[in-house]
Amino acid sequence: MSVLLQEMTARAQALNVPLSVQLDLTYRCNERCVHCYLDHDDHGEMTTPEIKHLLDEMADAGVFILTLSGGEIFLRKDFFEILEYARQLMFCVKLKTNAVLIREREAQRLRDLHVESIQISIYSHRAEVHDAITLIPGSLKRSLDAVRFLKSQGLKVIIANVLMTGNAQDYPGVRALAAELGVECTLDPTITPMMDGDRSILGLGVDHEALRQVMRDPALVGDVDEFCAIAPPAGEDELESLPCSAGHTACYVSPYGDMYPCVQFPLPTGNVRTRRFVDIWRHSDQMNDVRSIRVKDLTTCTQCSHVSKCSRCPGLAFMEGNMRGPSSQDCEKSFARTGVPSANMLAKKRGGANLVQIRMLPTMAGAMA
Amino acid sequence: MSRLYLARNPRVAARALDGEMMIMSGRDSTLFTLNKTATIIWQSADGSTPLDEIVERKICVEFDVERSAALHDAESLARELASHEILQISEQPIPPRNPAGESR
Repeated sequence: MSVLLQEMTARAQALNVPLSVQLDLTYRCNERCVHCYLDHDDHGEMTTPEIKHLLDEMADAGVFILTLSGGEIFLRKDFFEILEYARQLMFCVKLKTNAVLIREREAQRLRDLHVESIQISIYSHRAEVHDAITLIPGSLKRSLDAVRFLKSQGLKVIIANVLMTGNAQDYPGVRALAAELGVECTLDPTITPMMDGDRSILGLGVDHEALRQVMRDPALVGDVDEFCAIAPPAGEDELESLPCSAGHTACYVSPYGDMYPCVQFPLPTGNVRTRRFVDIWRHSDQMNDVRSIRVKDLTTCTQCSHVSKCSRCPGLAFMEGNMRGPSSQDCEKSFARTGVPSANMLAKKRGGANLVQIRMLPTMAGAMA
Repeated sequence: MSRLYLARNPRVAARALDGEMMIMSGRDSTLFTLNKTATIIWQSADGSTPLDEIVERKICVEFDVERSAALHDAESLARELASHEILQISEQPIPPRNPAGESR
């Protein structure tokens, strides 16, 4: 983030302005990615007029960066109508897509509408691996063709590579491919639980050794010693700081109008079909509850040696049961990075030891038998 | 002396924050902020109102400045914003365009 954008974000936070919003236009999708957290059935998406009305409200509320995502955004027949309207309102528009439906014509229209960037999910440089994750044969070729169409129009493209067991060894290949195509590349080892709370897909996440390899790859992290160093104890300023931007300068709206602090933080705060966007943003009890949290309020984490350098996601913590609690996936990341288990991991280990003690009571076991 | 007309470049992204404009260049995603005076000029840049009128009606009324000095500063600012492709400037009125760059 540029220094100026950091400054503007700080001002937006002080003024309680939602500077950045992700709006999912649909949960429908033309891929069936094995790790996806969405229910792809349409349960009543917002109509074109509803979305345009919402965009008006967002512009009035001060939203500057608008990320249009899904599902697959190009499955909406009104996608370009929505995009054109958003650009008339002068949003800085970013897109997230699998790009399967982007051909030359679509790339030209995106250029003409001056979208800021297009993020495209690529899981591997090898078709057999990528297509095995999307479950759509030929999807890698379609997506990479789209990258080339977009690049030929001078558009900024970012390849988003989610790391999981099925592609754990392929990220260097994806990065090389991105370099060859002249586009940026991001890598994210986070698998998000299903929005209904089902955590079974977390089993697709990479194991400790693969995560450790990523955290110690200088091509990704730069100075490995510095990146993997154990954080100094948190100072007063860090304990008073905010855990993340969710609910402070950013939020998320689903295709059904439900508003959440973040796409990865499914705490319902209101619905824009029945209440004004800005009223939910300013007055929702849930949004204000999220806003009230400081690092010093985090249970377990304040006792953790990683607290000042942890990537803890409050949304993942919420999905584990407590938005003030730890996020185990981020504990695993801190552990892989430093080799030092988090306070949460140590607490769980102690809990596990207690269970073993119960199982080892022979007289009780005999009595039960 | 010829008059200068200004129009907002439809390629940029822009939003007011606390009375000042944040503007992201459509050319290279560089972020700019405009102070309150520059924001007034930006918001008044409709392609049909000449800069001298903007200065007289908006700047001189809002700020206690002498007209010729204000116009000189405003022209410099407009040319600088045009160099970043944030504003379009012309000695003729500029027809409005939508974000796709088409005249309306």
